[in-house]
Amino acid sequence: MSVEVNGEKKVARIEPRTLLLRFLRDNLGLTGTHFGCETTSCGTCTVLLDGRAVKSCTIFAAQVDGRKVTTIEGVGSASEMNPIQLAFWEKHGLQCGFCTPGMVMTTFELLQKNPDPDEQQVRAALSGNLCRCTGYVNVVESVLYAAKLMKKGAKKATEAGKQKGEPPRPPREIEGM
Amino acid sequence: MNPRPFEYHSPRTVDEALALADRYGPDGKFLAGGQSLIPLMKLRIASPAHLIDLGRIAQLSYIRADRENIAIGAMTRLDEVSNSGLVAEECPALAQCAIQIADPLVRNLSTIGGNIAHADPSNDMPAVMVATGAQLVATSSRGRRSIPASDFFVDTFTTALRQGELLTEVRIPAGRCRLSAYIKLERQAGDFGVVGVAAVLELASDGTCSSCGVALSGVGPKVLKAKRAEGLIVGNRPDEGTLGKAGRAAAEDCDPVGDLRGSADYKRRMSQVITIRALRAAAKEAERI
Repeated sequence: MSVEVNGEKKVARIEPRTLLLRFLRDNLGLTGTHFGCETTSCGTCTVLLDGRAVKSCTIFAAQVDGRKVTTIEGVGSASEMNPIQLAFWEKHGLQCGFCTPGMVMTTFELLQKNPDPDEQQVRAALSGNLCRCTGYVNVVESVLYAAKLMKKGAKKATEAGKQKGEPPRPPREIEGM
Repeated sequence: MNPRPFEYHSPRTVDEALALADRYGPDGKFLAGGQSLIPLMKLRIASPAHLIDLGRIAQLSYIRADRENIAIGAMTRLDEVSNSGLVAEECPALAQCAIQIADPLVRNLSTIGGNIAHADPSNDMPAVMVATGAQLVATSSRGRRSIPASDFFVDTFTTALRQGELLTEVRIPAGRCRLSAYIKLERQAGDFGVVGVAAVLELASDGTCSSCGVALSGVGPKVLKAKRAEGLIVGNRPDEGTLGKAGRAAAEDCDPVGDLRGSADYKRRMSQVITIRALRAAAKEAERI
């Protein structure tokens, strides 16, 4: 199979029964996509498939042959945060952080479709992503803040980081944003 | 939780998919969006030797209207169904149903055809198909036939599709489903419903109901067509008295099983309540038009 992952073409020979989640983690070493419930419930394995957020534990890698996948590694990194990641940090939208990659990927799709969601729309969009420790209040606030940051533009987001005394983290341009 | 090994096939056209189905017979299984089948394969409840992925057959993904029908390709994703202006206008029940299935991530993969052909009695789409009097188009290498939704659902996980047949299209009667609603009682977001009710009404010029479809999901071995409830409504105005009688009839006719989502008695009572609400919502659509 051949698939574009985070902008890079990957070619692999795999067993047909390999789930996309396993392929990303075990074959490509992209362990930012988390292995949670594996029963299509929790959403921490969420990735973008041709721009749409899907649960990578419930699709075979063979099904994405010839398509484009974006994982959390393609969104940003610790030194180069995406505004969504920055917003989750600023608003404490996580406690243990296990669900966060999935939350960020779902938020990514939501804000692409709807750059100015209200709280209700955020809650509906996140209904397939479970958090078992901090609850959803700060997560929802983070998403709303991310929308605000994105509207203000990348520059302001960097300044918000600086104000906290952190090293500057210029948010990356998001492909197709 | 890995499925048993299988051979993967990726046809590009319906004809190719049907040829593969003929070649592998009962060892072959069609894969639509995979949101029901893949979990069953991971649990090894389903272990097809040959998986025929329909995901690359572009010709099965569309929503269009002609004079008689709203025609929806079986591989149209639920997020597309729930976002379709045409569906929202012509059949509110279908749009409301689609957006209440599972969660947005699952709806980005799951398809209308898969939700129907899987025939899980708790799936939502079958109720809308039965209540609207939809026709389900089955295609095989020998030709195609149209199956009325009320004959399509035979038993739990069992449909009228024969070996080698593929559900290719859903046809909702145009202009006849505008007064419709789907209401689902959920224990938690994204779960199967305790009960879901699809209701469709047509009103005559004097305000009485000229036709009515009511179907319930989750309260029997297969989707329940509430024939007595329908009969109580036809010929009458959809006032609270009539809807109350219909709700009682639907509750009497359903056959729920107690589980984590509630006792059989609770589900029966909720069937009454949700049937009334669905009929009320369908009648209310008349104000919109």
